[in-house]
Amino acid sequence: MTAAAATRAYPTVWRRPPLIERTWLRWAITGGAVLYLVLSVGSLEINWARLSEGLERGWRFLIAFAQPDFVSRWDDILDGMIESLTMTVTSTAIGIALSIPIGVGAARNLAPLPVYLACRAFIAVSRSFQEVIIAILFVAMVGFGPLAGFLTLTLSTMGFLAKLLAEDIEDIDPGQAEAIRATGGTWLQLVNYGVQPQVMPRLIGLSMYRFDINFRESAVVGIVGAGGIGATLNTALDRYEFDSAAAILVIIIVIVMACEYTSSVVRRHIK
Amino acid sequence: MLLIKGLTKRYKTGDLALHDVDLEVPAGQVMGLIGPSGAGKSTLIRCINRLVEPTAGQISLKGQEVTGLGRAALRQTRRRMGMIFQEFALVERLTVMENVLSGRLGYVGFWRSFTRRFPPADVAKAFATLDRVGLLDHVDKRADALSGGQRQRVGIARALVQDPDMLLVDEPTASLDPKTSRQIMRLICEVCAERQLAAIVNIHDVNLAQMFVQRIVGLRQGRVVFDGAAQGLTPETLTLIYGEEDWSRSIRRDDDDDALATARTLHGEPVRERLAGLT
Amino acid sequence: MPVIRTAEDGFDWRLRTPRAVLLRWVGWFALVALTVSCWQLMTADTIWSFVTDAPTQGADIVDRMMPPRWDYMAKLWWPLWDTINIATLGTLAAVIMGVPVAFLAARNTTPSVTLVRPVALLIIVSSRSINSLIWALLLVSILGPGVLAGIVAIALRSIGFIGKLLYEAIEEIDVTQVEAVTASGAGPTQVMDYAIVPQIMPAFAGITVFRWDINIRESAVVGLVGAGGLGLQLEASLNTLAWPQVSLILLVILATVLLSEWLSAKVRHAII
Repeated sequence: MTAAAATRAYPTVWRRPPLIERTWLRWAITGGAVLYLVLSVGSLEINWARLSEGLERGWRFLIAFAQPDFVSRWDDILDGMIESLTMTVTSTAIGIALSIPIGVGAARNLAPLPVYLACRAFIAVSRSFQEVIIAILFVAMVGFGPLAGFLTLTLSTMGFLAKLLAEDIEDIDPGQAEAIRATGGTWLQLVNYGVQPQVMPRLIGLSMYRFDINFRESAVVGIVGAGGIGATLNTALDRYEFDSAAAILVIIIVIVMACEYTSSVVRRHIK
Repeated sequence: MLLIKGLTKRYKTGDLALHDVDLEVPAGQVMGLIGPSGAGKSTLIRCINRLVEPTAGQISLKGQEVTGLGRAALRQTRRRMGMIFQEFALVERLTVMENVLSGRLGYVGFWRSFTRRFPPADVAKAFATLDRVGLLDHVDKRADALSGGQRQRVGIARALVQDPDMLLVDEPTASLDPKTSRQIMRLICEVCAERQLAAIVNIHDVNLAQMFVQRIVGLRQGRVVFDGAAQGLTPETLTLIYGEEDWSRSIRRDDDDDALATARTLHGEPVRERLAGLT
Repeated sequence: MPVIRTAEDGFDWRLRTPRAVLLRWVGWFALVALTVSCWQLMTADTIWSFVTDAPTQGADIVDRMMPPRWDYMAKLWWPLWDTINIATLGTLAAVIMGVPVAFLAARNTTPSVTLVRPVALLIIVSSRSINSLIWALLLVSILGPGVLAGIVAIALRSIGFIGKLLYEAIEEIDVTQVEAVTASGAGPTQVMDYAIVPQIMPAFAGITVFRWDINIRESAVVGLVGAGGLGLQLEASLNTLAWPQVSLILLVILATVLLSEWLSAKVRHAII
């Protein structure tokens, strides 16, 4: 120990400074959180008799998961899967194709202000509702069936990809784009040489990811009548056929895993 | 103090990082470890406190075997070896005080450390050490709010509150500017002299090493190729350590400037005489 | 080899060799063919007279939706409260279950890479593959309709989300900080507390708030299958074709979503 340490008395207590410095605010936030928890948990109406019955059903479901039944509803499952997969492929392909011009239009560094505002407004509207709600509206418009699901997924693909693409384009290295502009290139040449190479890898990655999401969503829109495996699943659960439901879920999980694996391979390949 | 015998490290990839290294570092001595990148300097330091598990050989601290210790005993031994890092390795989102107190983790139980209620003696020691490195005004700042030199001082304080017997110092100045580098090296040498700590300092800058340390060990491809007084470095020995290059300008002459004098007077006796008895 | 020797002993430059050009055309053609055949398979049973009728139908629905039935709001306050609770309590439960899973799944904190990690990853991928609404469907069938099924559904879906993003954050931490704390003689739990937790705290807070924001959207629709909240009213209104009520519910959902987005952006900004 140095001489200074021996002569000077140092404090023997130290407290970490609190995250929120103002005491009243700290207490208000803590108190508010506790109050909310008490109120929200208190407002749950739990039917204990129904719940104990549920435990037994849950157990049956777990057992069904161990031995899923692919056979007895195979025709329904196959139809649902074909609808889901075709819906996913078409909506992803067309959604990507439509999202590119909108994404470019929503990038402030490429588009003039009116175009920018229009594209941003479209993105905001298409993203503000859950897919299922949009699916309900489309079913009301074009009738039951996978076409309604296709329209839903296309619309949400456009909103999703266009937003991320626009953000990506706004984040590009301006030096590279400037260099192309400096050579006297037109706007299209600028996009082709200065922007596209920079955003392409991420666009491909995002498209793969969106394929994945679209497949998962295609399983849901069927619940409201927009085609796909969701309808089959809904029926199976309504009839308490847990083994068929488990088979459908297993198929969904396997396909999603396959998609994720493929997209990770592709992404590694294009980097 | 520290005795290393036949230390060998082969990584899983098959690379032989250290080959039959023998070293002895007495109390109070600051030893500079130089060598090209990939020579095994960092591996050597990390083998001593077994952040890297050695393949063969023995390490003993104050007569106690380090190799072969069980988990709990290894924790106890790690307390006695303070480590200082190249990029400071402070936990950036914790306060300066928490970083310094983390040096006492080997001494306190989990709940005390979890609730940040360290024993009063530890807190006083942490304040005293922060005073020693000149950071008493920054106790409650977050580590990422400090400058490079200040962060390295926190790193030194963290190593010192462990009450170590020796310091393991890995490139302490690699991310600092020349002036701060000298201040940090001086601080390390001073505290080692004050507390009679042995120290091994990995360092890239041969010039800076010569300015502050008494003994230099050169490592090349995992082998010790030079071990002697800092003034014993010649263009030939540097060629031996690093390979062919024009070394004439990077060697300090004895009468170069006052830094060497500082280093000498610090330790109270002419460097060369002390070294004579060691090697 | 993009540089091609021409007949006149000069050089010509092409981006790709003829073979590569051909392969790319084949690839694009396959993609288009796949899409077109999927389209035909999908629309085989479509009744096109309904589709051509769609704009009129849409206009008709909008017409019937206007104006929203404002006095219906009195019946929406309670479902709104339920919706917020489903999202918040569901997120909370997901955090409690998802954080340990993340630590078990991260390569640098898992107790065993060969045994424990694959199990944790399987939990994450199963939870992620199945949409909240399907979880809700399942849980309504098991637990019976009600808010509880919604909370559990949201929680089960969020485990995978939180687990995945958090374990990626854990794998990306700075190892030298961990090394430094280990070198001071700290035990494994202390290393966790002093070196790992502080590093992932911002990511953790960001992920949680982000997921809460998503969960608000999802909890508004889990009621469609009986799991409580605004979706329940939406389902009831749709079944009775009470379009003015539907439009009001959609407005309430929209307002809630915008508010939660604003709030989560604020909180994330404050944390980081």
